[in-house]
Amino acid sequence: MARFGFFTLLAALGAAVAALFLASLLTGPSGIGVGQGLRALISGRGGADMAVLVMQEVRLPRAILAVMVGGALGLAGAMMQGWLRNPLAEPGLLGTSASAALGAVIALQSGLATAFALALPLAALGGAAISVALMVALSGPRGSTLTVILSGVAISAIATAGTALVLNLSPNPFAANEIVFWMMGSLADRSMSHVQVALLPMLAGAALAVPVARGLDALTLGEDVAATMGVRIGRMRLLTVASVALLVGAATAVAGAIGFVGLVMPHLLRRAVGGRPSRLLPAAALGGAAMVLAADLAVRLIAPERDLKLGVLTALVGAPFFLHLILKSRREGL
Amino acid sequence: MLTLTDLRLARAGRTVLDGITLSVGPGECVGLIGPNGAGKTTLLRAALGLIPAQGHSSLAALPPAERARAAAYLPQGREIAWDMPVEAVVALGRAAWPGAARSEDRAAVARALARLGLDALRHRPVTALSGGEQARVLLARALAQEAPLMLADEPTAGLDPAAQIDAMALFAALAAEGRSVLASVHDLGLAARHCTRLVVLKAGRVVADGAPRAVLTEKLLAEVFGIRAWIGDTAEGLVFQPLSRL
Repeated sequence: MARFGFFTLLAALGAAVAALFLASLLTGPSGIGVGQGLRALISGRGGADMAVLVMQEVRLPRAILAVMVGGALGLAGAMMQGWLRNPLAEPGLLGTSASAALGAVIALQSGLATAFALALPLAALGGAAISVALMVALSGPRGSTLTVILSGVAISAIATAGTALVLNLSPNPFAANEIVFWMMGSLADRSMSHVQVALLPMLAGAALAVPVARGLDALTLGEDVAATMGVRIGRMRLLTVASVALLVGAATAVAGAIGFVGLVMPHLLRRAVGGRPSRLLPAAALGGAAMVLAADLAVRLIAPERDLKLGVLTALVGAPFFLHLILKSRREGL
Repeated sequence: MLTLTDLRLARAGRTVLDGITLSVGPGECVGLIGPNGAGKTTLLRAALGLIPAQGHSSLAALPPAERARAAAYLPQGREIAWDMPVEAVVALGRAAWPGAARSEDRAAVARALARLGLDALRHRPVTALSGGEQARVLLARALAQEAPLMLADEPTAGLDPAAQIDAMALFAALAAEGRSVLASVHDLGLAARHCTRLVVLKAGRVVADGAPRAVLTEKLLAEVFGIRAWIGDTAEGLVFQPLSRL
C-alpha cells in the first residue's frame, strides 16, 4: 500500500472517531436536542442549567474516556502483537489488567472506594504499578521475551486468584455485587477527574511507544536480525513492557476490564497498513477509539434502562468477529 | 573487516567455541565449513555479539548502531512475521541507517531488488512467494543494509540448484567488489567453487584455514567429515564430489 493510502486510512479512522464522538455526546436518556446540547456544551453558561450539567459533567467525560480507553487498548494490542510477532497476543498478557482489577476490587471491598471519588482508579493504578515492578524483578535486565510472557501469566494468575479470594471471603453481598459489575467494564457515571487520572499515564505510555515503533518493524525478521540492524533488544523490551503497562493499567483503572479491543483492532487493520507494525500503532489506536465509542453508544441504545456493561458487549461482538477472521484466513489457506 | 581473537564460549559446561582466532579481509569470500555441531552458527552469532563470549570480536566490540553499518547478518531461519509487500521487507534493511535521506533509502532498496531480480515481485505480498523467492527477498534485505561485511548462516539451505548457485555467485561478486563475506556452507562443492578461502571448524576449533584447494585434502575430509571424496582441477575449476562415508 502506498504512503498516500496510509494517510488516507488514518484520516478515515480519525473521521470515524470524530463522528462517533459527536454521536456519543448526543446520546443519552436526558432527551436533550442536538442544537440545545451543543449550545450547552460550548457556551456552558448558567451552571444550574440541566443541559449544561449533563453535557459537560456526564456525556463529555464519558466520550473522552471512550476515546482514551479505546485508543490505549488498541495501541497496546498493536505493540504486543508487533513485539511478540504473534497475531494472538493481547495487552492483558502482561498481567497488568488483572493486577489493576485486583487493586480496584480491594478498594471496593475495603470501602476505600467510597472514602473519596478517585480511590478506586488510584488503587487500580497502584495494582498495575505493583505488577510492573514484579515483572521487571522476575524477568530481569537479561530476561528473554519468554520470561516476560511467563512472568505475565504468573502475575495474571496471582491477581485473578486474589480477586477470586476477595469475592470468596466477602461478607458483604453488596460489595461482591459491585465488584462483579465493576469487572465487566463500563464508562457510565465517570467524571472529568477520571479523565485526569488516566491522562498522564496514557500519554506517558503513548510517548514510550514512539521510540519502539521502528524497532517493531525490524523485529519482523526476528530478534537476531533486528539486533544486527542496530535495535537494542533489551531496551526495547523494557520500553514496550512499560508502555503497555501504563496504557492498560490506566485504561483498566478508569473503565474496568474491556476485552477484545486490543486483540481485534490490530488484526482488523493489519492488512490495510501493509503489515508494517509501526504503521499499525496509530491505526490500531484510532480503530480502538472508534470501537469503544461505538460499543459505548450501543450499550446506551440497545438497552437504555438495563445498564448493559461495555466489556460484556465488546466481548459479545468481538469474539464472533474474531472467529470470522479466523475462518476467513483459513479459507485463504494461510 | 572482521577480527576474532581467541573467542571462547561454553554453554551448559560444554565448550562450543574453543579459542577461535580468525580474520576476514576486504575482497574475501570465506566459507565456514564443518560438520553439524562444530559451532558454525555459534561462531557467527558470537562474532556479531548476539551471544556473549570471551575473547575479542571486532564487531561485537562496536556500539549497536555502528555495528549495523559494519556488518549485515542473514540467519538460517527465514523468519518473516508479517505479510508485507516485498519492497517493504527489503526496506527493513535500512533500519541500520536511521539518518539517511529518503532518496538514499529508496536507491539502496532499488539496487538490492534489482541485484536479486526481484523488480517484478516488488509489490507482491511476501507470504505469497515460494521459499526460494523469500530467501532472495531476505538476501536483498541484507544487501539493502549496505554494510561492507556480510555474515550468512547456511544461505543455500533449502534452495534449488539454480538458486544455490545464484546465492554463492552473489557472494563471490560482492567479494570481487571489495566487500567481504563469511558464510557457513554445508555443500562443500559450492564452497570449493565459489569461496576464495575456506575455514574448517571441528568441535569449536579452527582446524584448517586457507585456499579451497589447499584445505580440501583427503586427510582433512576423513578426519573432520568422515567421508571420502573426488576432488579435481578441471577446465571448469575446482570440482568436489563426496563419494562415500568412511
